[in-house]
Amino acid sequence: MTGTTLVTARERALAVLGGDPDDATLRRYLHGIPGVDAVGLEQRAAALGTRSVKTSSKAWALDRIISLIDLTTLEGADTPGKVRSLVAKAQNPDPAEPGTPRVAAVCVYGDMVPYAVEALGAAHGDPDDGGISVAAVATAFPSGRSSLDIKLADTAEAVAAGADEIDMVIDRGAFLAGRYGLVFDQIAAVKEACRRPDGTSASLKVILETGELVTYDNVRRASWLSILAGGDFIKTSTGKVQPAATLPVTLLMLEVVRDWHRLTGHKVGVKPAGGIRTSKDAIKYLVTVAETVGEEWLVPHLFRFGASSLLNDVLLQRQKLASGHYSGADYVTID
Amino acid sequence: MSRLTVPKTYKLFIGGAFPRSESGRTYEVTNASGGFLANAAKASRKDARDAVVAARGAVAGWAGATAYNRGQVLYRIAELLEGRRAQFVAEIEEAEGVSRAAAGAQVDEAIDRWVWYAGWADKFAQVAGNANPVAGPYFNLSVPEPTGVVAIVAPQDSALLGLVSAVAPALVAGNAVVVVASERFPLSAISLAEVLATSDVPKGVVNVLTGSPAEIAPWLASHADVNALDLVGAGALDWIDLEIAAADTLKRVHRPEQGTDAAAPSLERIVGFTETKTVWHTKSLR
Repeated sequence: MTGTTLVTARERALAVLGGDPDDATLRRYLHGIPGVDAVGLEQRAAALGTRSVKTSSKAWALDRIISLIDLTTLEGADTPGKVRSLVAKAQNPDPAEPGTPRVAAVCVYGDMVPYAVEALGAAHGDPDDGGISVAAVATAFPSGRSSLDIKLADTAEAVAAGADEIDMVIDRGAFLAGRYGLVFDQIAAVKEACRRPDGTSASLKVILETGELVTYDNVRRASWLSILAGGDFIKTSTGKVQPAATLPVTLLMLEVVRDWHRLTGHKVGVKPAGGIRTSKDAIKYLVTVAETVGEEWLVPHLFRFGASSLLNDVLLQRQKLASGHYSGADYVTID
Repeated sequence: MSRLTVPKTYKLFIGGAFPRSESGRTYEVTNASGGFLANAAKASRKDARDAVVAARGAVAGWAGATAYNRGQVLYRIAELLEGRRAQFVAEIEEAEGVSRAAAGAQVDEAIDRWVWYAGWADKFAQVAGNANPVAGPYFNLSVPEPTGVVAIVAPQDSALLGLVSAVAPALVAGNAVVVVASERFPLSAISLAEVLATSDVPKGVVNVLTGSPAEIAPWLASHADVNALDLVGAGALDWIDLEIAAADTLKRVHRPEQGTDAAAPSLERIVGFTETKTVWHTKSLR
């Protein structure tokens, strides 16, 4: 998957902002966006979560969820062996059911990218063409507390090692202090670092870490800021901070993506990550996507789940649908 | 003006909480002469599923507790039952239509069985386990370990004693239990659940479902996360089909028992829900 080039992204941002993306212009623009009706947002999210999805629709949803998962391991204790077993699971989630779809990508720390690429071998590719991407978290994940040079080196190294997608974190401290220009420039610089020598570019997911942004208004502003700066995806959380992904926050980000699409005709992806552990929850997200931006967003280059334990629950539900009886944790792999 | 009585809502007991049935269904529980007693929750297959999830989550902690500690916890249940003896006697008297003396005898017997099984907690392994003689310089030890989640169809013809006789032995070894109570006499089962909830039994170790065993048991029998199936009270059901469904996932199965001495206290009931683990360990080499 190749993202849009920085030139067009910057031109688009300049056109929307009507000026250079400095603190003052961005502040004027982001604070000019109407505030979020928190009660309305949460009610809308709760209402979308009450849909009853049964039998054939549920089977479709479960398969679609698997094909949208970024199978993730982001632990200090990760080893090349653990990454290899993650890749094996990504390629063949349920060995007893050969028809099980593959996940969209594996998501690892930057230093694990070579092992993931090696383990994937021929399966490494664009999830839209049936391959599995390698996503790497970069820019001093999860805190984002380091200098820009280190963040860019982190990113460039992962891209050089073969990462197709970069999950960067924004500088929440700078964002909350109102230094929007700095955050914008950092995202734009990381986007530039995603370029490969052949002119293509790794896709950039911008992690807002909504659990640290405190208010819905901030989430909406950070979403706009990240999209303006050239993010191909906006992602809720690192998974290291509670609360992580919630349905209202994801709905809010989807609304921003919808508004941006209406404004510019450009499609940006959304990735809720952290805390989505059950098929039931994941189906609520599918409903929310379909009802907010439309079903065409339910494809790997526009929507992802950042998850690890979700996959096993989806496999259990799949087994239940196939066999007619409840399955158990003994029938899926231990991760 | 006469006072309106405040009847109790009898709900399920799953994971240490008392939820209504997910399905929202209830059914009327009547006394021996057909008079209305209460509405009890009518559990659905999804309640059974939730109960198995709760039980699975509780296995590690309960099985990991020391045998001595499990014995103490089980003994405390007997203590609490004794304290609420009058309530149980009145419930059984009304539900089963037996005399006060017969109801009292049933409660006493139930309490005594808790104590009897509690005593076995740190002793059954000495009887069921073994140091095996082997032709080599090894210690070879067989020890019983809990099998995991045990689904029980409780005896249908008694309000308390049958339930206790089926649940207590499964708990001794460290299993977690999902029990379908007597369909006709579910109220004492929920009262027992209140005792369990306020004793030291960790949440999820015992889960009580009320409703139709014929409806719930097949889901438990085929559930891949259930390790053993006690059909002691399933004599009136199509229990051969249940046994076949259980075989698909290699469950241990106890067959139905009938009559007055059904589920009589025995070491076999404890050992029946254990797996034998055998370990080899070198003797010191000189």
